[in-house]
Amino acid sequence: MTVIYAKPKGIQDTEMHYCPGCSHGTVHKLIAEVLEEMDAIDDAIGVCPVGCAVFAGNYFSCDFVEAAHGRAPAVATGIKRTHPHQPVFTYQGDGDLASIGAGEIVHAAMRGEKFTTIFINNAIYGMTGGQMAPTTLLGQKATTARDGRNKELHGSPMKVAEMLSTLDGLVYAERVCVTDIPHLNKAKKAIKKAFTKQMANEGFTFVEILSSCPTNWGMTTLEANRWLMENMAAYYPLGVIKDKEAE
Amino acid sequence: MIHLTFQRDLCKGCELCISVCPKKLLALDAAVNIKGYRPAFCTDEESCIGCAGCARICPDSVITIEKD
Amino acid sequence: MKREIWKGSEAISEAAIRCGCRGFFGYPITPQNEIPEYMSYRMPQAGGVFVQAESELAAINMVYGAAASGIRVMTSSSSPGISLKQEGISYMAGAQLPAVIVNVMRGSPGLGSIQPAQGDYYQATRGGGNGDYRTVTLAPATLQDAVELMQDAFDIADRYRNPVMVLVDGLIAQMMEPVVWKERETDEAFDKSWTASGRQGRSRNNFITSLFIDASICENHNELLRKKYTAMEERECRWKEIMTEDAEIILVAYGTPSRIAETAVGVLREQGIKAGLLRPVSLWPFPSPRLKELASQSHVKAFLDVEMSMGQMLDDVRLAVAERKPVMFYGRTGGMIPSVSEVVKAACEAYEEVK
Repeated sequence: MTVIYAKPKGIQDTEMHYCPGCSHGTVHKLIAEVLEEMDAIDDAIGVCPVGCAVFAGNYFSCDFVEAAHGRAPAVATGIKRTHPHQPVFTYQGDGDLASIGAGEIVHAAMRGEKFTTIFINNAIYGMTGGQMAPTTLLGQKATTARDGRNKELHGSPMKVAEMLSTLDGLVYAERVCVTDIPHLNKAKKAIKKAFTKQMANEGFTFVEILSSCPTNWGMTTLEANRWLMENMAAYYPLGVIKDKEAE
Repeated sequence: MIHLTFQRDLCKGCELCISVCPKKLLALDAAVNIKGYRPAFCTDEESCIGCAGCARICPDSVITIEKD
Repeated sequence: MKREIWKGSEAISEAAIRCGCRGFFGYPITPQNEIPEYMSYRMPQAGGVFVQAESELAAINMVYGAAASGIRVMTSSSSPGISLKQEGISYMAGAQLPAVIVNVMRGSPGLGSIQPAQGDYYQATRGGGNGDYRTVTLAPATLQDAVELMQDAFDIADRYRNPVMVLVDGLIAQMMEPVVWKERETDEAFDKSWTASGRQGRSRNNFITSLFIDASICENHNELLRKKYTAMEERECRWKEIMTEDAEIILVAYGTPSRIAETAVGVLREQGIKAGLLRPVSLWPFPSPRLKELASQSHVKAFLDVEMSMGQMLDDVRLAVAERKPVMFYGRTGGMIPSVSEVVKAACEAYEEVK
């Protein structure tokens, strides 16, 4: 018998704690597949955030470092600068990256740090229980915005990939999602492109993944995926946001 | 011939696999697994085309797909 | 051996490079700017990495990353900047990462002044960030001390996988004085098998974290840390004494005030008062056992604690002396430096009370 598909080598046997239908597990596997294809599991060093992915080092089989909330890009800077020939990546959610860690991600991009950031944007704080994030959509309900996000009170949601793309040090930014197989294929391609550009020393690479949080959105998995495509993808356009090579 | 192996007790019954199967061959079991979820299973392995979409999207690596 | 004139900040930086530090991540703040300035050109010459971070918060987290991946690494800052670094220091203590943090103290609280002070003693010796942890804190009084203690600091950090703080007041960083560079090889081989530096064939991955979500596992982790702190207390306590053998009044001071106190001891002896000096070199672990011994000796009548603060080390002196003998205090704050005559006067007054 030949194996058509089995759990990637970059993922450990440990059971993941994520809720049913959460995108984290699917994205973890895509990264693991890319690392395996690049023969990089033995070299790669990942940095995980504070948020639902705080245990990522128990799930990936490459070396991992858990950072303080929002500081993953600074931690990755310390690692990559001292290990310039190894693949380094941060894996961060929207509360971690766009709120408390906004300073760190902007300056890592500005410096053109040669690591890859995988940005999980699910428009909400997952682990702490559904509070409003900088990426929460206008009108979207959260436990700290019971009537929904209000532009007057909270401002409009932050388009991180576009914002970072104004910085010269960022060479590649793409926004993807993993709701179905065609989108999943594009997401994997984007992750691989980001790691390839990193290893070619081109600069900072960024993949934003629109992700679902059925638990905190109060939806089933399939409702959540529909809501993501109809609402999130409408505000956060999918596709390449910046590709310096293609320009 | 395609063979699907489900690690029944890892499944959280999220239905992502069901949503991507082009042949609509997957369903949730009536009985719950050790976690209390209704796990996914294949209703008709003979009709499976081995596209592996179900296994790839599965967040918990429940499904392994093999070919004779 | 050849004596060279060095500036404090630069001597501290050069000492770090000579003992194998290969990463410096910092942010400008007075009065320690010469450290990042020196490191910015000298570190690359030594094959190391220098990054001027966007904030102290980012700098300490870059240190965290480099330390996690097995590099001998440091940062420096001054009082308000060290407050910002506390998050990272707590995380490093929790994740058991070695690094050296130099705090060039200035007048505080808040922005305070940029002149020398010692108001960060509590912060340095009581942890400073959240949680049950300790950082070994070394306090040089001369530049010769400073360069030698940098080696100790890095070795202690690696020995226990714990952050170490080198606490100096602004005067020591800004002054110039002679330094003799002594060759000193680290004789200890430090285990680096725990680092997240790429799996490289290891049977499983290394995961550096300070998160232990299960309470019983977290308690076990804290017990492990406690054992390390106990070992540090037993092995890493350092102090110096001058003329304590027959002293009736013992001055206790660290850093710049210890130099002033040493001069004051000479003046007091000339005046016929048997004074001595105990200078804690490690502020944590504090040389409490030695102070306790001295407090029990019949010739010792009193202690005078001298600081450039409102009296922080004073608490540790009082805990060690434990009512055996009176403990007096003299301090200046905000960047003001006590003079020899002020210290002599305070010692005479203390002596008058107890003789």
